[in-house]
Amino acid sequence: MNNPHMGGRPPASLKKPKNTKKTLARLLKYLNKYWLQLTISIICIAFVTLGTVFATRLIGVAIDKYIITFDFQGLAKVCSMLFAIYVGTSLCMWIQSNLFLHVGQSVVATIRKEIFEKIQRLPLKYFDNTTHGEIMSRVTNDVDNISMALNSSVSQVFQSGLTLIGTLAMMLYLSIPLTIATIITIPVMLIATKAVASRSRRYYKEKQERLGKLNGFIEEIISGQKVVKVFCQEEEITDSFSKKNTDLLEVGMRAEIFSGIVGPIMMALNNVTYAIVVVGGGLMMVMGLPMTLGTISNFIIYSKQFTRPLNELANQVNAMMAAFAGAERVFEVLDEEEELEDAPESVELKAVRGDVVFSNVDFSYEEGHPILKEINLYAKPGQTIALVGPTGAGKTTIINLLTRFYDIAKGTITIDGYDIKDIKRKNIRSTLGIVLQDTYLFTDTIRENIRYGRLNATDEEIIEAAKLANAHEFIRRLPDGYDTVLSDSGGNLSQGQRQMLAISRAILANPSILILDEATSSVDTRTEVKIQEAMHNLMKGRTNFVIAHRLSTIREADLIAVINHGEIIERGNHKELMETKGFYYNLYRNQFESNGAG
Amino acid sequence: MKIILKYMKPYRILAILAPLFMMIEASSELIMPKLMTLLINQGVATSNSSYILKMGAAMISIAILGIIGGIGCLICAAIVSQRAGADLRKDLFIKIQNFSFHNIDTFQTPSLITRLTNDITQIQMVILMSLRMLIRAPLLCFGSLIMAFTINAKLAMIFIIAIAILGLAMFFIMRKAMPKFQMVQNKLDGVNTVMRECLAGMRVVKAFVRHDYEMDKFNTANEDYKETNLKAFRIVIIMLPAMMLILNVSVIAILWFGGIQVYSGTLRIEEIMAFITYLMQMVMSLMMMAMVFMYISRAQISLNRVNEVLKEEIDIVDPVKPVLPKKNEGKVSFDNVFFRYEGGSGEPVLEGISFVANPGETIGILGETGSGKSTLVNLMPRLYDVSQGAIYIDGVDVRHYTIHELRKKVAVILQETILFTGTIRENIKWGNKDATEDQVIAAAKAAQAHDFIMELPNGYDTELGQKGVNVSGGQKQRISIARAIIQNPNIIIFDDSTSAVDSLTEKRIRQSMMESHRHCTKFMIAQKISSIKEADKILVLKDGKIVAEGNHNKLMETSVDYQEIYYSQMKKGGVLDE
Repeated sequence: MNNPHMGGRPPASLKKPKNTKKTLARLLKYLNKYWLQLTISIICIAFVTLGTVFATRLIGVAIDKYIITFDFQGLAKVCSMLFAIYVGTSLCMWIQSNLFLHVGQSVVATIRKEIFEKIQRLPLKYFDNTTHGEIMSRVTNDVDNISMALNSSVSQVFQSGLTLIGTLAMMLYLSIPLTIATIITIPVMLIATKAVASRSRRYYKEKQERLGKLNGFIEEIISGQKVVKVFCQEEEITDSFSKKNTDLLEVGMRAEIFSGIVGPIMMALNNVTYAIVVVGGGLMMVMGLPMTLGTISNFIIYSKQFTRPLNELANQVNAMMAAFAGAERVFEVLDEEEELEDAPESVELKAVRGDVVFSNVDFSYEEGHPILKEINLYAKPGQTIALVGPTGAGKTTIINLLTRFYDIAKGTITIDGYDIKDIKRKNIRSTLGIVLQDTYLFTDTIRENIRYGRLNATDEEIIEAAKLANAHEFIRRLPDGYDTVLSDSGGNLSQGQRQMLAISRAILANPSILILDEATSSVDTRTEVKIQEAMHNLMKGRTNFVIAHRLSTIREADLIAVINHGEIIERGNHKELMETKGFYYNLYRNQFESNGAG
Repeated sequence: MKIILKYMKPYRILAILAPLFMMIEASSELIMPKLMTLLINQGVATSNSSYILKMGAAMISIAILGIIGGIGCLICAAIVSQRAGADLRKDLFIKIQNFSFHNIDTFQTPSLITRLTNDITQIQMVILMSLRMLIRAPLLCFGSLIMAFTINAKLAMIFIIAIAILGLAMFFIMRKAMPKFQMVQNKLDGVNTVMRECLAGMRVVKAFVRHDYEMDKFNTANEDYKETNLKAFRIVIIMLPAMMLILNVSVIAILWFGGIQVYSGTLRIEEIMAFITYLMQMVMSLMMMAMVFMYISRAQISLNRVNEVLKEEIDIVDPVKPVLPKKNEGKVSFDNVFFRYEGGSGEPVLEGISFVANPGETIGILGETGSGKSTLVNLMPRLYDVSQGAIYIDGVDVRHYTIHELRKKVAVILQETILFTGTIRENIKWGNKDATEDQVIAAAKAAQAHDFIMELPNGYDTELGQKGVNVSGGQKQRISIARAIIQNPNIIIFDDSTSAVDSLTEKRIRQSMMESHRHCTKFMIAQKISSIKEADKILVLKDGKIVAEGNHNKLMETSVDYQEIYYSQMKKGGVLDE
């Protein structure tokens, strides 16, 4: 039921699917389950289309046979027949829409679920290389396109096709010469559409590009608006904005005009067809050829029924192409390589002592750029290992390997004597507790955020954990205490408070091995002291790996591994390393001197 | 809607021409069935072939005339909508450029971005559509009705009844569906939130092995969304079958009552045919109107959001009569300054702040998070205005400077480091567009950025931002320091701007600032005492008040607060990496 004036928008054709056949086959698999609903839908569509064509003919019959002859009994009969058909078609239309709606929504929900499930199984590497925006756009825009196509385009393409065939057959049956008169304008229409389409597409593409540039510019500038103000760059910025705005305007006008022009042309050609049908029919009647007023009336309606689907078909096909392109992008995600499955003979550790050994571990994120070389580390149960070194030395990578966020290239890592490759992945991660540098909090209450550490924890246990993490105090002072909802992933809390929540979480999880990435960002002194206390509580009685930034942590560590350029260059405790007067000594001295403290 | 009219005003000739052109198209369509009845009545009935041909030629010419109308309208509407939209976007952008920090805070950055991008696009679409459809649909609707009445008033009553039923049906369906769609939007937000949070917190999810938990959360949101969607659409899909039924029953009515009138001789058969065509035109245009209204109501939201920005009062503006200071040396004095955030509850952020900073001095500011340090320095370049009291720079109240003049004198390096797409050189030159290459390098050297910049493959021409290389947080901070230094201000403010720089480099930056910018008054906010130990004056802030003031040695003797901070940092150990 689109009207031609709103059509002709070709952005859909911008992203063409690469392999339509394969994508279609895969999409059809989702529909398999609903074959019954789909069959009923198709029967309904067929009934609606053919019913409409037939009913239209009945109007002609009513005029020719009954109104002209004043046969009211016959007219009543035709009218009630028409009424029956019309009620039937409306009912079928409704049933069909319902079925398609249901199928469409179910399929889309399934796809969305599959993507989410998939995301859960993807390795961290994928998220490091793909922006969240990109994944989100697949879940929203692309799935929307599929949904739209399933909801309306598919049935409409089918309906348009059937209408074309049905109408053409009926027209040919009624009068071949008038049929020719009706379709004579179609070539003109096709030529006109084609002539416009390529330009329209070109301008539209250019418009989208310039719009993208302008919006990118806006996003960057508004995000840095405070800096713009501080440096008084408002005028310069406005100038370059205006330039981009005008650039868009020029193409924008052309794009709108060319993409809209098909509408009026179609409209006029419809009117021309109308004239031709009436004149042709009239002349035939005058010449005594077989033609009646009812038939002319039929042709007037048929010609409209005939050109509309032609016009719509193009739009619908575009929408379907967009859906295919969307589906393709969705399938790309679904086909991404997952985290390696656990080996079938993999074990599950019960009581973990926390004996961790790295032997000869090599690793690189990219082939040819080794990040870690020959790493050997031995942590006895209950020991604290401090990893120290400049940024980019590979400290975080060591932790990524222990948690199996990434898999090692060479060497082995064992926990209690078991190679981590042979331990169930879930088991490893629940054995390990991880407190990361920037704490991620969910939009939920503080209580639930802490409970994330152990889902079956009682409220008392949560409060207990918060107390140990020194978080209880500040939580209590919040307006709703533990039920305070964190907005904006905890944006309403300070850095230090968020860290304390992360520590509460880890305490609740009660892991045998703890991995701590001490925050580098500065918090005020008092909070700092509280966090240190909390960390202390957390580390008690566990094997700890700490990416250390705090002197106190390092001094108390059983072993300090100094890492530089992916290698452990020095190891020992604080005293030993200071005596060696090597890399660590210098690192420490720099800090020591600039702090001016003894 | 008023605002749309305002922005269409400069293009009013085109905006008026568009509907006029549309009238040509609509009339050409309306007149067709009427001509058909004439052709049949006077041509076919009297077997007058030449009349038929003549009439046919007239019909085709009118159809072609319709093209001119249609395209004319399209061109006018496209120009008006795009130009008005571009103007609106520009005004919005300029307005935001004039926003004070407070204004920006009220709206929040992401919201401002959507208003400038999506909302404007929505409005443009609606202008375009309104100019074409909003004129066309009523024209066709009422035109058809009038044409029907001129043919046969009695039979035309069917039209009235059809419109009434249709209107009511549409009204009720819409009224039931609209709130449901609002809910759909909310549920969709729910699905997206779970997804987005899961992506952002992936490490946490993986670390705690909470995949099943997340799946449950998502499934609930997903099912919920699906069900709500189904509920909403189930109502909407009644629309089309219902309308078709009403249209078709009206056709039957026309046949029946028309047939009776033909019998009584008050109606001709070809007029029944014309009636059917008019009826179809009318129903189609009604549906079109419904659609346009739906778009408009959606755009209304965008329009309101844009309007909010345009109407927002800018709270920091240039004075009517700006004053220039006699000397430019960088003397600052705070005189009993109070500050509270607008709409913030009760407690002022700053309370009774008074102190003097002499030209060339270094002032350290120390205090806990939330004690008001950043607020204090932000008042100097008038990023916010004091609520009470006054700040004088070189003897002139900051509110008496033009904003540009003031901010050229006072450079502030904000806590959050923001660099822009472009080369490193371009980024540094933000502070001073006319800076020479030597000045750029000197500034970079003072900020200890020169060495690492030279190590980058393209040196100063290295592209930053999304397309370019990513430099580390500390390096970004150093570039932003260079950007402020090159401005050559009288007063420079470091708002914890070296937090990601290691302590050795930080020390060098301080030293080079002492040497090359000896005359410049420096304010330094820091967490670590070591960063500000050598300052001429240290202000210790607590709950918005200055609790101690003096140099390190003096404070060590007199201030308990200062001592407490000092010992906590020194004894428990500082921070090694920084």
